Amino acid sequence: MGIKKIFAYVLSVTVFMVGIVSAAEVNVYSARSEDLIKSALDRFSEETGIEVNLITESADALIRRIELEGFNSPADVLLTVDAGRLFRAKEAGILAPIDSSILRERIPAAYRDPENQWFGLSLRSRVIMFDKSRVSPSEIESYEDLADPKWKGEICIRSSGNIYNQSLLASLIEHVGEEATEAWAVGLVANMARRPQGGDRDQIRAAVAGQCKLAIANTYYLAGMLNSDIAADVEVAEQIGVLWPNQGDRGAHMNVSGAGMIKTSKNPDEARQLIEFLSADYAQQWYAQVNNEYSVRTDIPVSATLQRFGEFKADSLNLEALGRNNAAAVRLADRAGWQ
Amino acid sequence: MKPWPLSLIALSLILATPIFVVLSSVFFSAGDIWTHLFETVLARYISNSFALMTGVSIGVLALGVLPAWLVTAYRFPGSKVFEWALLLPLAIPAYIIAYTYTGMLDVAGPLQSNLRDAFGWSYGEYWFPEIRSIGGAIAMLSLVFYPYVYLLARAAFAGQSASVMEAARSLGCSQRSAFFRVALPLARPAIVVGLSICLMETLADYGTVQYFGISTFTTGIYRTWNGLGSTVGAAQLAALLLGFVFILVSIESWSRKQAQFFNTGSNAWPSPAVPLVGGRLFIAYLVCGIPVSLGFVVPLIQLSIWASITSDSIMTADFAGYLFNSLALAAITSAAALILALFIAYGRRLYPTQLSSVAARVLSLGYALPGTVVAIGVLVPFAWLDNQVSAFMVARFDFNTGLLLSGTAFILVFAYLVRFLPIAMNTVDAGLTKIRPSMDEAGRSMGLGPMTILRRLHMPIMRGSLATALLLVFVDVLKELPATLLLRPFNFNTLAIRTYELANEERLADAAGPALTIVLASLIPVILLSRSLERATNVPSVGEKPR
Repeated sequence: MGIKKIFAYVLSVTVFMVGIVSAAEVNVYSARSEDLIKSALDRFSEETGIEVNLITESADALIRRIELEGFNSPADVLLTVDAGRLFRAKEAGILAPIDSSILRERIPAAYRDPENQWFGLSLRSRVIMFDKSRVSPSEIESYEDLADPKWKGEICIRSSGNIYNQSLLASLIEHVGEEATEAWAVGLVANMARRPQGGDRDQIRAAVAGQCKLAIANTYYLAGMLNSDIAADVEVAEQIGVLWPNQGDRGAHMNVSGAGMIKTSKNPDEARQLIEFLSADYAQQWYAQVNNEYSVRTDIPVSATLQRFGEFKADSLNLEALGRNNAAAVRLADRAGWQ
Repeated sequence: MKPWPLSLIALSLILATPIFVVLSSVFFSAGDIWTHLFETVLARYISNSFALMTGVSIGVLALGVLPAWLVTAYRFPGSKVFEWALLLPLAIPAYIIAYTYTGMLDVAGPLQSNLRDAFGWSYGEYWFPEIRSIGGAIAMLSLVFYPYVYLLARAAFAGQSASVMEAARSLGCSQRSAFFRVALPLARPAIVVGLSICLMETLADYGTVQYFGISTFTTGIYRTWNGLGSTVGAAQLAALLLGFVFILVSIESWSRKQAQFFNTGSNAWPSPAVPLVGGRLFIAYLVCGIPVSLGFVVPLIQLSIWASITSDSIMTADFAGYLFNSLALAAITSAAALILALFIAYGRRLYPTQLSSVAARVLSLGYALPGTVVAIGVLVPFAWLDNQVSAFMVARFDFNTGLLLSGTAFILVFAYLVRFLPIAMNTVDAGLTKIRPSMDEAGRSMGLGPMTILRRLHMPIMRGSLATALLLVFVDVLKELPATLLLRPFNFNTLAIRTYELANEERLADAAGPALTIVLASLIPVILLSRSLERATNVPSVGEKPR
């Protein structure tokens, strides 16, 4: 067989294979783990007949992968679990705006990019949790209070390497400025019950075990423990109260999980449809059921578990600020000795 | 230049591209990142990494060398079981053992909670070691890495010919003093190889130290990339790490060169084992039992308890697919690694040049690099190549080939090879250098070609080393996470990914099922290996008859 023949053969096989996979599909690069997105994507395929292909990995790695894959990247949609990474993807120039009146109407302005390059899809708040047997909710009001020396040795919080802590710092930088935030971080480090370690649930458990009185965690972790199959987790979670910070002023710090369309997408129409689907009724209720998150929309009822945490005032800061201030937040944490 | 050394160098260059990608970062500016790192966290990264390496060195030597000696030089009830059981902790990923012990020993874990309830204590009124500490991380890493030292030390002890030990005893050495004065010094090169593998694993570990909240060089690389948003700064940190590891590897190969021992061949069957009784037997059980129970049995029990709670959600329809993917990747990679390692090691034996030994040393750096760094280092050249080909095809034939290699299992296996070939190379090399060069000369004088010598003389003799290399890579691939996460194709999961995703959501109990499956899947090759080692030690040298 001559070289030309082999080449023609390979080419035709390739064309054939490309032909198979190019039936309506959308390729998703997701920082949301498979368990927390797959069944919604399956539902999308059922409703629309569009096949969804999925890769999960941390957002930074996915952004890098898309950058390196360049024009030929198969990625159509990027899903992340925080606004800072969506901002970073936008900065990297890998996102394209979506002109969708559906998305603009459904999602409040604070939770989407001003230039329509990314859209928040589910909401979570990072709050102060307390051991109900030892703390009364009247003792603390705001994130700023966490630096008050009266809490010396009583605060459990995980590493500043964690994106949710970085976002909290970034929001403080936006509201009170970098200098005040650094002073706050120094105060917080002085009040820590232990060197930062473990995940959010570990902070909650440590508070109930008596190592600290206050734990900083995202709302869905506590809700997940309340709904757990493991009796010990439920028992721990029952002893924890949720304090919504800064209700007298700006409101509790919010973050989103969200999505953006990739600039080089070969399936922009399917990509838009998928993001719109994730903002529609079914998916919004699904976010609440599967991972105890709040809907970005105001017309979707809150899940029964989340209702136990009560109503609250949310910070209306545009989440773009979280991404913009992220690097400054990490530097500040390094200087403050927050490991 | 002859084709063999030429292809050796070409192969090394291809496999070393990710390392060059990392090193090339030093030509870019990272802005003021370094000033920031110097002023704040760099000292802590370095000191923590050093503390970790020192501690793990002590830990793996203590856990690995003595049991290896006991099971080869002595005979006691159960010694045959310990011989392979001591390898079992290899099957447990480091971050999994960290999660399980934390689940048990943490301030909120069952042990401390029960203590508080039983004695009416509250937190702070009693002392309990903090599991999430440097000491805890050293313990965790030592427990899962010591089998490397054990494996190599045992092979070295078992390969020591009876005549050496007989000579030692005839000169008045007891079994114990023969250990310190003859067996240990002779086994030193092998033990150093095992130790350097452990240290490289320690440097590459991210999961454990991250969970324990310990800032090391590796967590620093991630933080610089993800937190400070500096790709260049992160790559430069990784380059610094590589520089350090290069020194480590050079010291290791220098120390091996200082102590080169060949089997004399004529008496190369193991010395008879001495039976153990009484108090010494008890001590032997302690020495062999502690590593196995703490490194394997205890975490296995904890994982099983968790898995039993969540068993309904484990056995989903996709589970068989995860298992298949994991096993297939492990099998393909370990076979490829073995062939390449043989090629490289034998090529160096045939054509020992300065260049080829430097090339081998550069290749071995991949083992110390965090998986994510390797993955990006692999993606950079492959994506570039794919895009060049694509652009060429569009211009020439108006047909876009897209990404031919990126996003396929091929580059996944390539990344595994960058990461794990060093371990196969080390093991094969250690086996090959023990065969005295006169063997090759004899083969050549009989008119055998180099391939025949390799196949008919060397490979049967070093069967133990080959099986070891195969197993180590197989198990490492089963456990591998970061490179798999970053490079895998669409809709492609492995057991390690499944475990990680659940554990990362802080659902340890749910993660136990896939974690347990990794452990069980690794058991098969571990047992196969120990069997083949058993046979290998009973195989006398070529041309000899057993007494």
